[in-house]
Amino acid sequence: MHLPTRSVTRITTVAAMAAAGALVLAGCSSGSSAADIADEAPTKLEGTVSLWHFFTGREAGVIKDAVSGFEKANPGVTVDIHAGQDDEKLQKAISSGQNIDVGLSYSTAIVGSFCSSGAFRDLAPYIERDKVDLSDIPDAVRGYTEYKGQRCTLPALADVDALLYNNEAFKEAGITGPPKTLDELKADGLKLTTYNADGSIKRLGFNPLIDFYENSPQHWAAMIDGKWLDGDGKSVIGKSAGWKQLLQWQKDYVDEIGYDKLKAFTSGLGQEFAADNAFHTGQVAMEIDGEYRTAFIADQKPDLDYGTAPIPVLPGVGNYGSTWIAGNVAGIAKGSENPELSWALLKYLSLDTDAQVTMANGLKNIPTLKSALASKDLEVDDRYQAFVDIAGDPKTFTSPATPDGAAYLATQTKFWEAWQEQGGNLDAKLRKLDEDIDAAGQLAGP
Amino acid sequence: MTDVTTPETGSREARPTRASRPPAPTGSRPTTPGTPPRRRRSAESQRRLVALTMLAPALLGLVVFFAYPLVASVFYSFTRYNQLQEPEFVGLLNYRFLFTQDPQVVPAVVNTLWFVVVLVPVRIVCGLLVAGLLSRARTATGFWRTLFYLPALVPPVASVVAFVFLFNPGTGPVNQLLRLVGIEGPLWFNDPAWSKPSLVILGVWVMGDIMIIFLASLLDVPRDLYEAASLDGATGVQQVRHITLPTIAPVIGFAAVTGVIAALQYFTEAAVASGVASGKATIGGGTAAGLGYPGTSLLTYTELLYQHGFANFQFGYASAMAVVLFVITAIVLVLTMRRISVFRPEES
Repeated sequence: MHLPTRSVTRITTVAAMAAAGALVLAGCSSGSSAADIADEAPTKLEGTVSLWHFFTGREAGVIKDAVSGFEKANPGVTVDIHAGQDDEKLQKAISSGQNIDVGLSYSTAIVGSFCSSGAFRDLAPYIERDKVDLSDIPDAVRGYTEYKGQRCTLPALADVDALLYNNEAFKEAGITGPPKTLDELKADGLKLTTYNADGSIKRLGFNPLIDFYENSPQHWAAMIDGKWLDGDGKSVIGKSAGWKQLLQWQKDYVDEIGYDKLKAFTSGLGQEFAADNAFHTGQVAMEIDGEYRTAFIADQKPDLDYGTAPIPVLPGVGNYGSTWIAGNVAGIAKGSENPELSWALLKYLSLDTDAQVTMANGLKNIPTLKSALASKDLEVDDRYQAFVDIAGDPKTFTSPATPDGAAYLATQTKFWEAWQEQGGNLDAKLRKLDEDIDAAGQLAGP
Repeated sequence: MTDVTTPETGSREARPTRASRPPAPTGSRPTTPGTPPRRRRSAESQRRLVALTMLAPALLGLVVFFAYPLVASVFYSFTRYNQLQEPEFVGLLNYRFLFTQDPQVVPAVVNTLWFVVVLVPVRIVCGLLVAGLLSRARTATGFWRTLFYLPALVPPVASVVAFVFLFNPGTGPVNQLLRLVGIEGPLWFNDPAWSKPSLVILGVWVMGDIMIIFLASLLDVPRDLYEAASLDGATGVQQVRHITLPTIAPVIGFAAVTGVIAALQYFTEAAVASGVASGKATIGGGTAAGLGYPGTSLLTYTELLYQHGFANFQFGYASAMAVVLFVITAIVLVLTMRRISVFRPEES
């Protein structure tokens, strides 16, 4: 049968489209092959297990040292380490079915997505079988490593925030101790701020811009014991008196110095993760930062005379001594071909006190085991001790996980950046913020 | 004075028609007018098979890297999909959210259109001016051409990082020079009002890619046309308007079309500028962190798409955004090509 040229072209086009459609449908079926769990844990471990993590350079070496302890304890096991794999790469690799056994992420934001989607396996059967006691993990940390009751990750070190202050600047300004309330923070901040002859800022006591370095809604949440979502996942930010008071306090502070003046000063500061960090150079006298800053200062500005203290709070609203906590999470990928080996490695990284102490000493992050926090082998000086105490505070809290990677935090940050610059009707803006966050929730689904 | 065109340009009659073309070779058994129809059809099929075989690698690439992603994007745009679970059909939810509820879409679209309307014409005009000057250079031509082309070879990330440091309001040399002459420079990449113009300055600096094409086309304009026009008393401006621009119009059209497409997909420069200017440039924080800084002034449409896809795991919604971008790009492309009339086969 002879077909006209045009018909042949059409048939070819339709066939190509159909083939592409078939590929699409084929791509839809990612398939998960969770192996059955043995009744008892294997007595001897053998084989190779892969570990994907995001650390690079010196920090990757610390992970390697910690993992070598696992290999020594299990002579038949080799850990194949893949360093420098951030969350985006991890997700792509898992979804494309690559042979990943254990994945270590820097962000608790993935927990909602990875637990609900099955990208990380449910650990409950292993925990029950091996009768693992999770009470050694602080409550807040246990909170951010599970999603809606499903535990698919375990913690592997955490970050907490505190107030860092420059002792020399304090002495110069006649300030005897770190501020404990927001009013004191503002008063001290203004007192510590000095100006050049042309009116520009020479030294800033405390930078109130929400987009400066580690300033962010979650890092400031301890000031008011902030909450973000209710039990149904709806935003409660706009209904919270605490958030409103904090926003108003911050805007007043910004306006007192002047937004443009602050922005001009901040724009000229060095990069946060570089030797010319503004706290290192003394251009900023107080800042809210994580425990890792102590390691950066020890490395890049060892002669800096500074102290650490809990984040100042709004009296009667925030809990002085507590903070927002989040950190690294690790899980067994759905495509793992060695789930028992993976579980053993995961247990070692997350629940072995010595391994946690080794990693914490090397990375200067906070251990996520009470036993490691109390360990005599944990290298702690006075400055670092403040972070350890804050991490162990019973009122230390975290932010809820959502399937969309806690997108509400990014929405709140953008809202705050606009607020500090433009001001306006705060009540109306907060209502709109709640609406935006709730509307975006429908994209992620239940 | 009328536009000067060569007699051949735009002449359909000048081309041999299909019927008048000599028959193409068909392999070892050439057909002749006396060949029976069945054998002719067989030879025709064989020829098509050979052509298809030769085209197969290119066609395969087209299907895998263009057709499949396109069809997949359309499919996923009607689903809730996070790459880890089976896609869930949600009808028009993603499109409804995109057009009516996403608070970031408006600033992202406005910013992207700003780059289309400002960055593309500025780059073309500057590229043309520099190419015009270089085409008249008589000494050290190689040096000047290299000098103006060189920035285009710098990787985009490196050039953005360098520019953000050069334009640092406090410590950058640009504002320090301005201060010497009594001008207090703006905050450049840290000011929502100046962040986009700062990227335009960067775009002009790296215009070597289109400048070199303009230069080649300018050098290709027949000299005798200028001589004839000069004898007719045409001024320099008239020569540019009636000889140079009409002759290089196809090249300008090419630069406009590719520039518009690139501006609609503007991502790297804006993302890197935001990260560095915010003082939070780091490794391991994820690309999506800090997109748009300062405020949302550098948030482009593709950045928003990336943020939804890779930070929020909303690949269904990101696919809907991609489909809309594809449709808009196609419409803009068709309108631009019709407007400038240089891509029509009969006029090429």
